[in-house]
Amino acid sequence: MTILLADPAPTRAESAEPPADPPQAPAPPQAPEHPDHPDHAPAGRSLLAGTASWDRVADKAAKATSTAAGAIILVALAAVGVFLLAQGWPALRAGPDELPAKAESFWTLAGPLAFGSLWAATLALLIATPIAVGAALFITLYAPRKIRGLLAAAIDLLAAIPSVVYGLWGLMVFAPLVAKFYKPLSEHLGWIPLFAGKPSATGRTILTAALVLAVMILPIIASVSREVFRQTPPLEIEASLALGATRWEMIRMAVFPHARSGIVSGAMLGLGRALGETMAIAMVLSPTPFLMTFRLLESQNPNTVAAFVAQNFPEAHGTGVNALIGLGLILFVITFAVNWAARRVVAPKPT
Amino acid sequence: MATIALGLPATISLTRDHVRRGRRVKNQVATIGVVSVFTLALLPLVSVLWTVLTRGLARFDGEFFTNSMRGVLGEGGGAIHAITGTALITGATVIMSVPIGLLTAIYLVEYGKGPFARAVTFLVDVMTGIPSIVAGLFAYAVFSMILGPGVRSGVAGAIALTLLMTPVVIRSCEEMLRLVPQDLREASYALGVSKHRTIRKIVLPTAMSGIVSGVMIGIARVVGETAPLLLVAGFTDSMNTNLFSDRMSTLPVFIYSQWANKGVNAAAYDNRAWTAALVLIAFVLSLNLLSRLVARVFSPKVSR
Repeated sequence: MTILLADPAPTRAESAEPPADPPQAPAPPQAPEHPDHPDHAPAGRSLLAGTASWDRVADKAAKATSTAAGAIILVALAAVGVFLLAQGWPALRAGPDELPAKAESFWTLAGPLAFGSLWAATLALLIATPIAVGAALFITLYAPRKIRGLLAAAIDLLAAIPSVVYGLWGLMVFAPLVAKFYKPLSEHLGWIPLFAGKPSATGRTILTAALVLAVMILPIIASVSREVFRQTPPLEIEASLALGATRWEMIRMAVFPHARSGIVSGAMLGLGRALGETMAIAMVLSPTPFLMTFRLLESQNPNTVAAFVAQNFPEAHGTGVNALIGLGLILFVITFAVNWAARRVVAPKPT
Repeated sequence: MATIALGLPATISLTRDHVRRGRRVKNQVATIGVVSVFTLALLPLVSVLWTVLTRGLARFDGEFFTNSMRGVLGEGGGAIHAITGTALITGATVIMSVPIGLLTAIYLVEYGKGPFARAVTFLVDVMTGIPSIVAGLFAYAVFSMILGPGVRSGVAGAIALTLLMTPVVIRSCEEMLRLVPQDLREASYALGVSKHRTIRKIVLPTAMSGIVSGVMIGIARVVGETAPLLLVAGFTDSMNTNLFSDRMSTLPVFIYSQWANKGVNAAAYDNRAWTAALVLIAFVLSLNLLSRLVARVFSPKVSR
């Protein structure tokens, strides 16, 4: 079989002469008087006109073209790093007059923003993961077989909604709704440092932003979890049920042990998405410059890297633009690391 | 066989009796939990769709689809300039990303071996995770280095979107090409057909429906992208059909700018934003549905 998989051209003789290696090579075509361009030849004949030397040139060209396309991917990613570095570099030595928000230096600007990104993404992850795993469990193991596809598609639709629409919805519908709960939350649970402080009246806090983010990353985690749940060995499911386990015990003993790495990997993919999410946060969150706080309900909130860039780019000029590009590079490095770790956790795909 | 069939109900009733109360309660709690969590996950979807539909219909009229925002303050106006911009930029993105994506997928499936192919696979994974705003900053960095600072154009937006769409196209095309049975390729080789012709005449036609649906998914992914277009294509109130110069509005950026730059009569701006959101969501959802339809209806009968 491997012989057939290999490129057949080199094993064949130059033109219509008998092949040098008869057992492996296919019979030469009977009528080689049609060495014309295959696109003009009828389909059946063009399939047989395989020995023309034009064909081998085309074979090489096809291989070269597709390899070049692969190389473009490499070049493009390298270019992202190089251009961001080149354009972000001048910001490292810039002073307060040139930087956005009159920052002392690039790092006093980047530090709190990186904190905000990580904090919002972590919150979103903590909220989304249990919900996504539960929804995936329901779809794969509880719902009737016939409607599984439909339910999965409904969850996937959450990923299809553009982030700017989530922003609009979060701002005008969701934030006013959750703001009603923030006041009692801070009254009764204010002794927990997370909920301390005066609650925001508009609801445009980091917790609201994290909740909207959670909705956006939920479908990613759910679809990866669904995939790993479906790959549970059916014999183990049946064995545990046959031994008298309840459905929940079956899930805990047969499904979860196999799914753990998959869930972790899905969660990290979700984390990567949450870190880079821009518009929803830029619209929902009402940020305060340079703030670093873990408090969830106050009207003063830390900003995220991506949202800061989007909010400040249209008005930025000079070194300010370089600073925003430098922030983009930081975001790129963080998401790169997270995605790389996510791929390392899960077992490699069978390719 | 008969004993098993007879024994089964008895076993079940036996276990049921022996399942301790605590275990049964735990199981029921888990069931209720899973069901309610699933419902909870669907609530935002219902809420978003409902809000967009009800608020978006207010301005879903002829004026919205025929007028631009040129000279409009307050009531009236439309988004034809943004719809045109989205069509042009998305079109340019498809023209760039589909050939690169398809060829890379062909490379990975048909030719790719060794460290270079592994590197490409890994980098495609990395590329999938690039935040959209980083893609926008990259496009800006490239264009400002060539054309000077402060440059805005539609084609720069298309470059940013290409960076986001190509990995989606590669992933789905790769998956579809791998579904083509090896037997078909081997049968073709056995007839003496060269490799490139096998790919063109056998592999690609077999996978075509999947490729088309993958491209549609890719379009659905990038057509709602806002951040990169906000950075490099900017926004404007007037029609601009030239991809290569000046600012160009797009539908997602239109939504953002209607909200962010409200003039007098804020409600008019909000209404336009919601209607644009309705148009955008309708387009994205129908693309998603259509791609499923294409994948299902035109799929080759691969499995026997």
